[in-house]
Amino acid sequence: MFHQVLALIVKELLAVLRDAKSRMVLIGPPLIQLLVFGYGATFDLNHVPMAIYDQDPSAASRELVARFAGSPTFQVVARLRSGEQIDDLIDSRQVALVLVIDRRFTRDLLTHRPAAVQAIVDGRNSNTALLIQGYANTILSDFSLSWGAARGGPAPPAVLDLRARYNPSLNSHWFIIPGIVALLTQVVTLLVVGLSVAREREAGTFDQLLVTPLRQIDILLGKGLPGVLIGVLEASVIIAATVWWFNVPLRGGLLPLYLGLFLFVIAVTGIGLMISSLAVTQQQALLGAFLFMVPSIILSGFATPIANMPDWMQTLTLLNPMRYFLVIVRKVFLEGTGMRALAHQYWPMAVIGIVSLAAAGWLFRRRVA
Amino acid sequence: MNGGFSRLGGLLRKESLQIWRDPSALAIAFVLPTMLLLIFGYGVSLDARNVQIALVVQHPGPVASSFTAGFAHSPFFRPRRFLAIQDAEAAMAAGDVQGIVWLQSDFARLALGPGNAPIGVIVNGVDANDARIIEGYVQQVWANWLVARAAVAGGALPLSVQPRVRFNAAVSSRNYLVPGLIAVIMTLTGALLTALVIAREWERGTMEAVMVTRVTMRELLLAKLLPYFVLGMGGMAGSVAIAVFLFGVPLQGSVWVLTAASALFLLAALGMGLLISSFARNQFVAGQIAIITTFLPAFILSGFVFDLNSMPTPVQIITHVVAARYFVAILQSVFLAGNVWSVILPNAAALALMAVVFLGLARVIARKRLD
Amino acid sequence: MSATTDPAPALRMEAVRRGFRIGRRDVVALDGVSAVAAAGAVTGLIGPDGAGKTTLMRLIAGLLRLDAGRIEVLGVDVARDPLTVQGRIGYMPQRFGLYEDLTVRENLDLYADLQGVARADRTERYQELMHMTGLGPFTERMAGRLSGGMKQKLGLACTLVRPPELLLLDEPTVGVDPVSRRELWGIIDHLTRNAHMTVLFSTAYLDEAERCDAVLLIHEGRLLGHGMPGSFTAEMAGRGFSAAAPGIGRRRLQAVLADVPGVIDAVIQGSAVRVVTATPGPPDPAVLAPSLPGLTLVATPPRFEDSFVARLRARGGVSAAAKVMATAASPAQPRAPGDVIVVDHLTRRFGAFVAVNDVSFRVGRGEIFGLLGANGAGKSTTFRMLCGLLPVTEGSLRVAGFDLRTAAATARGRIGYMAQKFSLYGDLSVRQNLRFFSSAYRLTGARQRARLDWAVAEFDLAPILDATARDLPLGFKQRLALACALMHEPDILFLDEPTSGVDPLARREFWRRINILAEGGVTVLVTTHFMEEAEYCDQLVIMAQGAVLTAGAPEAIKAGVRTPDRPDPTMEDAFIAVIEAAASAPAIAA
Repeated sequence: MFHQVLALIVKELLAVLRDAKSRMVLIGPPLIQLLVFGYGATFDLNHVPMAIYDQDPSAASRELVARFAGSPTFQVVARLRSGEQIDDLIDSRQVALVLVIDRRFTRDLLTHRPAAVQAIVDGRNSNTALLIQGYANTILSDFSLSWGAARGGPAPPAVLDLRARYNPSLNSHWFIIPGIVALLTQVVTLLVVGLSVAREREAGTFDQLLVTPLRQIDILLGKGLPGVLIGVLEASVIIAATVWWFNVPLRGGLLPLYLGLFLFVIAVTGIGLMISSLAVTQQQALLGAFLFMVPSIILSGFATPIANMPDWMQTLTLLNPMRYFLVIVRKVFLEGTGMRALAHQYWPMAVIGIVSLAAAGWLFRRRVA
Repeated sequence: MNGGFSRLGGLLRKESLQIWRDPSALAIAFVLPTMLLLIFGYGVSLDARNVQIALVVQHPGPVASSFTAGFAHSPFFRPRRFLAIQDAEAAMAAGDVQGIVWLQSDFARLALGPGNAPIGVIVNGVDANDARIIEGYVQQVWANWLVARAAVAGGALPLSVQPRVRFNAAVSSRNYLVPGLIAVIMTLTGALLTALVIAREWERGTMEAVMVTRVTMRELLLAKLLPYFVLGMGGMAGSVAIAVFLFGVPLQGSVWVLTAASALFLLAALGMGLLISSFARNQFVAGQIAIITTFLPAFILSGFVFDLNSMPTPVQIITHVVAARYFVAILQSVFLAGNVWSVILPNAAALALMAVVFLGLARVIARKRLD
Repeated sequence: MSATTDPAPALRMEAVRRGFRIGRRDVVALDGVSAVAAAGAVTGLIGPDGAGKTTLMRLIAGLLRLDAGRIEVLGVDVARDPLTVQGRIGYMPQRFGLYEDLTVRENLDLYADLQGVARADRTERYQELMHMTGLGPFTERMAGRLSGGMKQKLGLACTLVRPPELLLLDEPTVGVDPVSRRELWGIIDHLTRNAHMTVLFSTAYLDEAERCDAVLLIHEGRLLGHGMPGSFTAEMAGRGFSAAAPGIGRRRLQAVLADVPGVIDAVIQGSAVRVVTATPGPPDPAVLAPSLPGLTLVATPPRFEDSFVARLRARGGVSAAAKVMATAASPAQPRAPGDVIVVDHLTRRFGAFVAVNDVSFRVGRGEIFGLLGANGAGKSTTFRMLCGLLPVTEGSLRVAGFDLRTAAATARGRIGYMAQKFSLYGDLSVRQNLRFFSSAYRLTGARQRARLDWAVAEFDLAPILDATARDLPLGFKQRLALACALMHEPDILFLDEPTSGVDPLARREFWRRINILAEGGVTVLVTTHFMEEAEYCDQLVIMAQGAVLTAGAPEAIKAGVRTPDRPDPTMEDAFIAVIEAAASAPAIAA
C-alpha cells in the first residue's frame, strides 16, 4: 500500500505548491510574522523618555543626573523648574519617569542624613513601570555606594552580584525569537493541514477519494505526512534564520530539538486534520484554525509565563502541544539541555498526536455533508 | 432625494433583520470579543508572583537570616533552601527554581567587618523580561535590608529613594493589559464584521441583484456601516463591562469620553473592513486578510504589550498606521488615568483622520461593478 | 433576419468584446457580438456553460465594463449612464439574488424600497405578483425554505415589483423541475403579451429556444446565429430521420450510423435512432445497405438542437466525437444474469427532513440506469448512499453484493465514480491527475503505464497533458474525469450529472463512450436533470421530493402518458404528467 500513500503524498504536495494562494500561506505570513515579531516584539527598554526636577542644583545632583543621562535606557527630555509640570508630563505620556531631587539633597548627603530622591513612574503599563523602577533603582544604588566609597564612608555590609545564566545581557530577543520557531511552525502546519480536507470537500474530490480502494489509514497518512514534511521544513528555515540572522546561540544539539519538532508537528497535524474533517467549507476550517490558534498561543507561554496564570488555566495548558515545544526550543537553544532532561516534554506531545490523529481518522468517514 | 431615503431605509431594515436572524454576525460582535477577552484577561499576565527562588546559605547565622527573611516575607518570592550551590544549580537547570541567591561562608564575617560582602544572584535569563523583574524584586529586598542594617548601626544610607507609581498603583498588569486588549479585539471584530458580511453578499449573488437598481454605492456602504456600527458599539459596551465588573479594572475617566473615542475607533475599524471587502469578494479571502492585517499588527504594534519607544525606528514608523495604537493609548489613559485631554485629543484626531481615510478610500474604490 | 428591421429595439449591441484575466492567461469571454432584441418580445440567449451568457447579461446590466463595442439599452448607452439603465431594467441573476434569511414579504419590501415603489401602490402590486406566481400562501416563509421553483418565482417577483421596461433573466430554469419551468414560461408569456415587457432570457437548455420569439445562439464567446427559432429549424428541414433496423440493438445502430459519411448527428430516441444529415435528404442507402439490412428511415421534423449541432460540426468540431474508439474500453464481460445493484426500501432522513423516501429499484449487469429529477428531488442523496458516502437511515442496498460503506476497501476497486462538476484536482496537471487516480486505484508498474497510455490515446489528451486541470474547458474536464474513473476498468460506473453544462457535441461523445462500455458489460448508474438524456437509459426512475414517481424503460414511461392530443410525448411531458398525477392523488403515491 506504500505506492498508494506515496501517490497521495505527491498529490498533496503538488496541490499546495502549484496553487499560488497556498504558496502564499507558506511564505507570506511566516515572513511578515518573523520580521514583526523579530523586530517589534521586545520587552527591552531603551530611550525611555524621562524628566528631571532638580530642586537643588549642585555638583552632587549633577553627578546623579549625569548617571541617568548617560544610561542607554533613559533619555532625559525635560528639566523642570516647578513641580506642577510633573503630573502633566506623565499624564500626557511625554515622559515615563520623573526624578525629583529634594531641596536639601546636597546638605543631607554631606551631613550623612538620607538624601531624598523621588522616582515617579507612569503605571499605566505595569510591565514597563516595573522595569523602569528596576533600572532607576540600580542607578540610584550605584550612586549611593560610590558616593559613600569616594568620601571614605563605611562600606555597605553587602553588595549584590547580579548574573543572568544562559542570557547574560538579558536580551529579550533571545526569548522571543526561538518562540517564533514554535509559533510559525504551528501556524503554517495548521493552515496547510487544516484547510486540506475542507478544500477537497468543497471541490468534491474528497468523495472521489472515499470511493477509491484507499483505506482510512492510507488517507490519514496521505493527508498527515505532507503536513509533517512542510512543518519540519518551514521550522528548519526559521531555525536557520534564528541562528544566522538574529544571532541567537544554539547551545544544544539538533537531535533533541528535532525530536521535539517532529512530535510537535505530528500533534499539530493531528489537530489540524481534526478541524479539517469537522469543517464542511474552507471558511469554517479557517475559523476553526483561528479559534484554536489564538488561545493556544496565549496559553503556551509564548509571550507571558504560564506560571503567572490562574491554576485552572495552567491545567488547561497541559492540553496545548505548543506549551511543551516552547520549553524544548528555549531550553535547547539557550540552556543546551539534552534529550533525557526533556523527556517530560516529549511524551505529552506524542500522546496528543496519537489521540488527535485517531480522532481525525474516525471523523473522516463519520462526517458527511 | 425622497427615493434615496426610501432605498437607504429599505437596506437598513434588511440589514437589521439579517443581523437579528443570522447568528454569525451576533457571534462575531459579542461572543468572539467575550471569549477572547476572557482568555487573554486570565491568560496574559506579566506579574511575576510566587517566584520559586533558591536560597543557598552556607553558614547560617543571624546576619544571613536577617537578609533571607526579606525573601520569606515578600509576596513575590517563594524561597526554597539549599545547602550546596551545586544542588541549587541543578534545580535551576531542571526548571524548578528561576533564580538563586547565594550567601557564601564568609558572608557574616565580611558583612559585620569590612563590608562589601558579595551576595551572588543568579537568575535564569531565558525569559529576559521575567528575569529583569526578578532582579528588580531582589534589589528591593536588598535595599530594604541595607536600610534596616543602617538603622541598626545608627547610621543612614546616602540616598533615600521614594518610589511612586502614578496610576495603577498596585502595578497590576491586568489593569493595563485589559484596556489594551479591548482595542485589539475590537480591531478584529470591527474589520471582520463588515468584511465578512459584504463578502457574503458577493458570494450569494445578492449584491449583484441589488446593484441593478437605482441604489447608489453611497447608500450601499452607509447601509452596511450603520447597523454594524451599532453592533460594534454593543460589543464594545460588553467588553468594557467585562473589564470593569469581572476583571475589576478601574474606570477613572468618563464614560462619555470612552464612548466618543470608541465611536471614532469603530468607524476606522469598520472602514478598514469595508476597504477589505472591496478587494476580497469571498468570505474565505476576506477573513484571512482581516486576520492578517488587523489582528497581528494590533497585537504587536499597538503598544499594548510591547513598548513602542523601544522598537527600531522603521517599525515605529509603521505603528503610526495602526489604528489600534491610538485607541490603546486612549483606553489605557481613560481607564487608569482619567480624562487626560493631552493624550485623548491628539489620539482621537488621529483616529478621526484614519476613519475618514478608510471610509473615503472605500467610497472611492467601491464601484457598482463586478470587475 | 427580421428582428433587425424593427425601428426601435429595446437592446442594441455592437461588436461587444470583453476579456478576463484568469491566473496568467487572458481569456476572451465575448468577442464581436452584435445583435438587437426587439421590444415587447422574448429573446433567448442560448448556449452551453462558459459560452459567455452571464458575461453578456452583466454587461447589459452595467455591472461589467466593455473592452470594446457599445451596448444601448432602451436607447441609453450603458457605459455612459449605468444608473439610468439600472433604474429602468429588472435583473434576476443566477441563484435568483434572494436574501434567504428574509421572508417572502421582506424580500419584496426591500426591492420595492430599492426600486422606489410608493407605499400606497404596494398592496395592489404585491397582490398581483402573488397571484401571478402562486406565492400568496407563503408570504411569511423564509426565502431560504422555499423550493427551487418557488425561489425562482420569488426572484422574478422581486424584479417585477416596479415593472421594468427590459427584464434580464440569467439561467432562471437551471435545476428547476419541469413543472416550475413550464409555469415560468407561462408568466413570461403573460408579461410580454399583456404588459409589453421585453425579456432577455439566457439558458443552456436548447429545447427552450423554441419558446422564444428570437434566439441568440452563442458558443465560446461568439455569436453562432441570430434570428427567429423557426429560421434555425427551417435550415434543417428534410434532414432529420428516424432510423430503425430489425435485429440490431439501438446502441449498435447508433454507433454504425454515426460513422456513416454525410451523417452529422445520430442520437438514440426511444427504440429508434434519430439521424441528421449534412444535406437535405436521407443518407446514401448504398452505403447503408450492406451493413444494415432492413433499415427503415422515416422523416422527422427538425429541432433547434439539430441546427446547433450542424453549426458546431461546420466549425470543425467533428474530430473528437468521430474518434471514439471501437476498441471498447473494457474487455467484454460475459453478460451474466442477475442484478448488480439492488436497492430495497431505502430511506434517508436529515433530522426531520426526509431526503429519500422508501426507494426501491434493481439494476442488471450491462444496463444503463438513470435517476431523473430536479435539484432537491433526492437523486444525489440516493447516489451518495449507493457509493457508500452517506449512511442509510432505513432499508438496504447492495452494489455487486456489498454495502460499500461497510465493505472492505477492495470492494470499492470494482466501481468507477465521476462526481458532479467533474471533481478533479484543479491545481494538478492532466498527467498528474491521471497518475494519481491510477495509483489510488492500486495500479502499479507496467499495468499503470499501459492504462495511462490507453487513457491518453482514447481520450485524446496528449495535447493537454501538462495543462492545469482547473484551466481546462468544461468538455475536456468531463473527458478527463471519465478517464480517471475508468483507469482501473471498473465493472460498475457511477456518474453524477455527467453532462451538465457541456455542449451538445461533448454530450454526444460522452454518451457514445458510455454506450460502448455498457455493450461491454459495464453497469452504469447515472443521475441527470436533463430529461432528454433519459433516452439513453435502459431503465430509469423519476424522482420528486425524495420518492420514486415512476419507474421503467423510457418508452414505457412515455407510452403511459400518451393521449390523443399528445400522440408523441417527450420525456418532459411524461415527467409533468407523472407529477401532476401524483399531486392529484397524493394518497396513492405512498
